[in-house]
Amino acid sequence: MARTRQGLIQRLPLNWLGLVPFAVFALLFLILPTLKIVIGAFQGPEGGFTFQNMLDLNTASIRSAYWTSIKLSVITALLGGTVGFAMAAAVVFGGLPKAVRGPLLTFSGVASNFAGVPLAFAFIATLGPVGLVTIWLKTNFGINLRAMGWNLLSFWGLVVTYLFFQIPLMILIITPALDGLKKEWREAAAVLGATGAQYWRMVALPILFPSLLGTFALLFANAFGAVATAFALTGPQLNIVPIKLFAQIRGDVLGNPNLGYALAFGMILITAAANTLYIWLRVRAERWLK
Amino acid sequence: MTRFLAWLALIFGCVFFILPLVGMGEFSLKMRRGVYSFDAYRKVFEDPTFWATFGYSLVLAAATIVVGVLLVVPTAYWVRLRLPKARPYVEFVTLLPLVIPAIVVVFGYIRLFNTSSILPLTGTAFGTDFLLTMGYTTLALPYMYRSVDTGLRTIDVATLTEAAQSLGAGWLTILARIILPNVMVAVLSGAFLTLAIVMGEFTMAALLNRPAFGPYMQLLGANRAYEPPALAVIAFAITWGCMGLMQLVTRLAKHERAKA
Amino acid sequence: MTYLTLAHLEKSFGQNHVVKDFNLTVEKGEFISLLGPSGCGKTTVLRMIAGFEAPSSGAITIEGQDVTGLRTSARNIGMMFQAYALFPNLTVAENVGFGLKVGGVAKAERAARVTEILEMIGLPELGGRYPFQLSGGQQQRVALARALAPRPRVLLLDEPLSALDAKVRVALRNEIRSIQQELGITTIFVTHDQEEALSVSDRIVVMNAGVADQVGTPFEIYNRPATRFAAGFVGTLNLIAAKVIDPKTGTVALAGMNLQVQGTAQRAAGSDVTLALRPEGLRLGRGDGEGAVFRANVASVQFMGSTIRIEVMAAGQKLTLDTFNRADQPPPRPGDEVEISLSGNNAIVLD
Repeated sequence: MARTRQGLIQRLPLNWLGLVPFAVFALLFLILPTLKIVIGAFQGPEGGFTFQNMLDLNTASIRSAYWTSIKLSVITALLGGTVGFAMAAAVVFGGLPKAVRGPLLTFSGVASNFAGVPLAFAFIATLGPVGLVTIWLKTNFGINLRAMGWNLLSFWGLVVTYLFFQIPLMILIITPALDGLKKEWREAAAVLGATGAQYWRMVALPILFPSLLGTFALLFANAFGAVATAFALTGPQLNIVPIKLFAQIRGDVLGNPNLGYALAFGMILITAAANTLYIWLRVRAERWLK
Repeated sequence: MTRFLAWLALIFGCVFFILPLVGMGEFSLKMRRGVYSFDAYRKVFEDPTFWATFGYSLVLAAATIVVGVLLVVPTAYWVRLRLPKARPYVEFVTLLPLVIPAIVVVFGYIRLFNTSSILPLTGTAFGTDFLLTMGYTTLALPYMYRSVDTGLRTIDVATLTEAAQSLGAGWLTILARIILPNVMVAVLSGAFLTLAIVMGEFTMAALLNRPAFGPYMQLLGANRAYEPPALAVIAFAITWGCMGLMQLVTRLAKHERAKA
Repeated sequence: MTYLTLAHLEKSFGQNHVVKDFNLTVEKGEFISLLGPSGCGKTTVLRMIAGFEAPSSGAITIEGQDVTGLRTSARNIGMMFQAYALFPNLTVAENVGFGLKVGGVAKAERAARVTEILEMIGLPELGGRYPFQLSGGQQQRVALARALAPRPRVLLLDEPLSALDAKVRVALRNEIRSIQQELGITTIFVTHDQEEALSVSDRIVVMNAGVADQVGTPFEIYNRPATRFAAGFVGTLNLIAAKVIDPKTGTVALAGMNLQVQGTAQRAAGSDVTLALRPEGLRLGRGDGEGAVFRANVASVQFMGSTIRIEVMAAGQKLTLDTFNRADQPPPRPGDEVEISLSGNNAIVLD
């Protein structure tokens, strides 16, 4: 009796049972909710399959929301990535005192998590109409930012604000990758006659490429899905997808619940596309690193 | 030349990071006309809603950490010990929250768990709190899992398990008495990060209509002038505190290990 | 003709004076080893030749051109590193062709040169592989090929064998030596392994604490070490206390016996000296009767194949001696009483 039980247990894929709690959690609170959105995006009001919701996305307002969101995410990812890369490279290769590194990384950890509502407040207090820098420039140099077209509660204001968490995120992720560049590679390249630029172009950047790309995809998704900062900064009027979706969930401003699903599905599609592109390029770039 | 550019990049970055912090600090002190004062902070601290929402978020953060640890530690352990094959899939799932925006996930919750569904979680306050905790757990999942998995990598899971089993320990004992203490640093790091995320979270709490700290800050921001920067300073201090504690545990653990 | 000259090289890192007044002239096609313990400054000298470190003072000249202030990429040298340092994102062929590519060599010529040099190192079929697909020995061969491809003026080897296992190490060092001789390329080899240095070098520089203790052929270094450090670092050595009796005839007294040695002319009668003897300079048995003979007690015997290393206690101290293996003559056993003899011709007089 005991023997048959043992045999049965061995034959059952018992090992997989250990994953049940995690699988149930992921299914209930991550996968099914997402699937609900995906399915809803292709359902008509009566529940039948339709492409109508996706087609209905093609209005001037929604198109422009997606376009602004993509622009915002690409620009902040590129700018944040570039500045973050420059700062990380400065610390790793620039011959700065070693004491700079620790505090910068700690601060990056804090700043990359200091997003959302309070971040918006900080920028309003600094670059808003009566912010510290705005007033300082006006009283001391007679520079009127507002007259020069600056408005924190606008697209570019949002760009500057997002950079506050995009740059540190880049620093956090890329610093270990830069540390992974061996000193010998640079020296070997120099001995073989390569200039610094040639070393970067032919060796360092190709090696860093997957990490750079991965970080870019992450920064993109990070900006694309952010709601709180934009909402606290500009309220519901700025026309970007997450804000539109926020308003739709709260009060069905589109007047069509299934259009809301389609809007959300579009967001998943775009972040998924960014990440698929990343994974595909990464596999290609990492042929030499299995 | 390189060094000059390096300093330039660093200084530019520092100015960009420090200005908003100075800005919010200065602004939060300007409530009383003409002099710096802590009036804005006093106002904030006198507001019972502040304490109520703050406490609510704190409780939810604690719940999130407990759920996260109970979920992540056994799973990561099991995958390392018995199911290396499942590793890519589990990792993929833990990274999903970085790809699927939180607003989409919470949208799914609202529609999946509404009052007319099989599992009408949003029907009661407690149910919604539970749902929000689960939502926060997904947000923290990528960080928690990575932290714990890295922690497990540094210990020999298989040998520790066999040693404990040979002494007659059961699974629960092994997890609670052997594995958990060994990855405590990783768990604590993950926990502090979770705390930082939950305390400032806005989207999920706002859309689920729960009285959390994030929506409170947003509401105050829409109606007041001087309290919001004071709140920002407080929020920044919380984030800084969480990160500081994170570093502290890591450093203490290194110290301990060096001594041993 | 002098090909490479290092004149009065000095290097300090802060308070740390790593290289002190280092002088060396190298002929074209010579294979020079810098030998010394870690921290002796040998790698720093190499890195100054490569241009990774600027000397605090002194000059480096290659082919009559002062390169002291020249940047690395303009020096036209080749280098092999300890940890392979192949570019992981490039194939073997691309790695080998890297120097030619940045040097502006046309594609067809480059490909021909890469093929030629890959054949020279015996890996003609691996051009399309990536470094991670190669063994350590193969990687280091590719690194050699990469260093040689642009026809450098000087080849620098920074302990290139130390990461490899013993068998590969010996094979590769012989290969490096034969390719070096075939191409006639001037080579500086940094190592802490005396056997490596002795086996492949034309000349060896023994370095200690930033100073070149002795420069000479392997034969000179081994048989006539100039300093106690050089004597001790290269090979095993027996040290025996002795007293000078007559400096002119080279008579010294040790353990109650007189012995004729060379190298006492500069010393006063009655002064204390140390005699250094290689294990192979001591003989088991009376020998030809010249020199000194000791009674000794065998402490241990190590059978090493072609030679046998025997440790004995004699005249109150432990001595090590090597003898050849002979099938008809079993070695003594520990505890045996034996006689050992030494000839003054093999002794080196040290302070």
